[in-house]
Amino acid sequence: MNPAAFYPSAVDYLRFLPELILTIGGVLLLVLEALTGDNKDKTSLGYVAIAVVLGAMFAVPVALANPGTSFNGMLVSDGFAAFFRMVTLLVGLFTLLCSTSYLSREKANSGEFYLLVLFSLAGQGIMAASNELIMVFLGLEIASISSYVLAGFLRDDKRGSEAALKYFLLGSFATAFLLYGISWIYGVTGATNLVAIRESLAAGTSGNSMAVAAAALMMIGLAFKVSAAPFQVWAPDVYQGAPAPVSGFLSAGPKAAAFAIFLRIFQTSFESFSSRYEPVLWILALATMLVGNFSALWQSNVKRMLAYSSIAHAGYVLVAVTTNSNVGTAAAMFYLAAYALMNFGAFAAITHLAGRGESHVTIDDLKGLASKQPVMAGLLTVCLLSLTGVPLTAGFFGKFYIFKAAIDNHLYWLSALGLLNSAIAAYYYLRVLSAMYMHDSKTTDHPEPVPGGIQLTMWVSAAGILTLGVFPGLVLDYANRFATFVK
Amino acid sequence: MDVILFTFFALVAIVGAVSLVLQKHPISSALSLVSVMVALAVLFLLLGAEFIAAAQLVVYSGAIMVLFVFVIMLLNAGAERESRKGGLAQFLGLPLTAILLVFASYVITQSMSNAKAVKFGAFTGGGPREVGWELFTRYLLPFEVTSILILIAIAGAVVLARKEID
Repeated sequence: MNPAAFYPSAVDYLRFLPELILTIGGVLLLVLEALTGDNKDKTSLGYVAIAVVLGAMFAVPVALANPGTSFNGMLVSDGFAAFFRMVTLLVGLFTLLCSTSYLSREKANSGEFYLLVLFSLAGQGIMAASNELIMVFLGLEIASISSYVLAGFLRDDKRGSEAALKYFLLGSFATAFLLYGISWIYGVTGATNLVAIRESLAAGTSGNSMAVAAAALMMIGLAFKVSAAPFQVWAPDVYQGAPAPVSGFLSAGPKAAAFAIFLRIFQTSFESFSSRYEPVLWILALATMLVGNFSALWQSNVKRMLAYSSIAHAGYVLVAVTTNSNVGTAAAMFYLAAYALMNFGAFAAITHLAGRGESHVTIDDLKGLASKQPVMAGLLTVCLLSLTGVPLTAGFFGKFYIFKAAIDNHLYWLSALGLLNSAIAAYYYLRVLSAMYMHDSKTTDHPEPVPGGIQLTMWVSAAGILTLGVFPGLVLDYANRFATFVK
Repeated sequence: MDVILFTFFALVAIVGAVSLVLQKHPISSALSLVSVMVALAVLFLLLGAEFIAAAQLVVYSGAIMVLFVFVIMLLNAGAERESRKGGLAQFLGLPLTAILLVFASYVITQSMSNAKAVKFGAFTGGGPREVGWELFTRYLLPFEVTSILILIAIAGAVVLARKEID
């Protein structure tokens, strides 16, 4: 064989451009961090990272304009990949905007934080675009290992270190399940390419019950990464203990990327026995919604409450995944994009309001916010109303399309129980709102000015929520068009 | 002969892995891990994967385990203390593990009922030449992306291990 047949061509690089930019940017930051002295202000490195993420965002349409597989079928550049690359990059941009001021406040500003975010984004991009189980695994590990470190970045903070260790141990355990499933699939089909697996399973020449067992093992690993019940126990502790911008990052970015590979693996490769895993997904979706919503009711810590709410939202997305249809996939994509906006908006507000050392994170601390900081309270209200699913917000259309897809696919019970769940969820979001508007502040001290990055994040997410709440087609049209790529 | 070799080294690997978890002293655990690695290397060799068997010995049993033992000795880690076990985990852990193993072996025997045992030397193509060929042609991208993974692991370790944040 001639090795020249395998040499990557220029178009291969174009299809991989967003991740290339992120990786080169990350290495650049590593060098810059070493070049700037130890006692220098590292905020400027944050701006470099923001520029890198913006560059990667511009590279996404370039990759989309050159559709096809690259590097011998390892990656695929299609609309589905572009959509999730864009969502994760947006979350990464928000994270960087919020963390520059946060890290200065906590006296932990260093270049490593920014480069870990960039590498994590590169890993998520690889996940979104992977066409091969080996790439899925590598992307997932790159994204996860950076996340473990980010969760424990404030290493003198006990809660943060505990969160990082828990996340690392349980996360590695879940990855082992995924890897075990991958090795079984390779044993059954002799392939790791998603399309080749599909063809081998459809031909029916290989052991089918073994492939089902392999799919079950992989589902365990992926259910952990999207924090679906009963694999959700890590999420509340990690989101509570991690630095606030990191919690926002973890709850929106890696989760969206994990859903991307979930959809791609199960709809592309395991299509032939979809009827067998559908009941499992049904139970998984319902359990996740119930656990998330009911646990959130009792929380007094806002970060912990948002952690449980993020579990519940993963449950709604799983409802869309259960439908196993293009409409359902599009609904899941729209919901994840809307969720990234509204959830990160809420976490951005908490990042600022928590104060130094994150000492003010209970619902009581939000009392009287509306009279002290009306703009901040208003923007946070938009995010919370959208998380509740109130009309004229993106969250409403997100839930609407998910349950519409579920009803179209005759999942009546799941839709009914899901709708009941979102009614329960309204209670704990309204509790925060009532604390903000109906109570007087405990303290009289003057509020600190809101840093520009956090303001920008909140304005962008609130504007995005309201725009999508009126014109959902702006994103839904893309989701509908790109959802067909995974089937 | 092949079956005997396989059974023997598979048992060594399993016993070593169980002993790794059960041993109280970290050094004993590390040495159990060495036996697992060596047994795995022999299993790879039986499958005809000469290069991976050699790499397994050199990298895992050699380099990585030496590092492990050094760290354990430098930190002067003593025998572990029993922690309070979770009530549910204590009662459900072993039965659930047994169920998983029975289920896995059932599935394998069901769907692979006519599988033949591996004969030593029946497979070829596991030498350095073939592995290198695949690594630098078809699997070039995963190979390169792995280097990013290792870079992050290093950067992450540095972040978590430095003394003060200030």
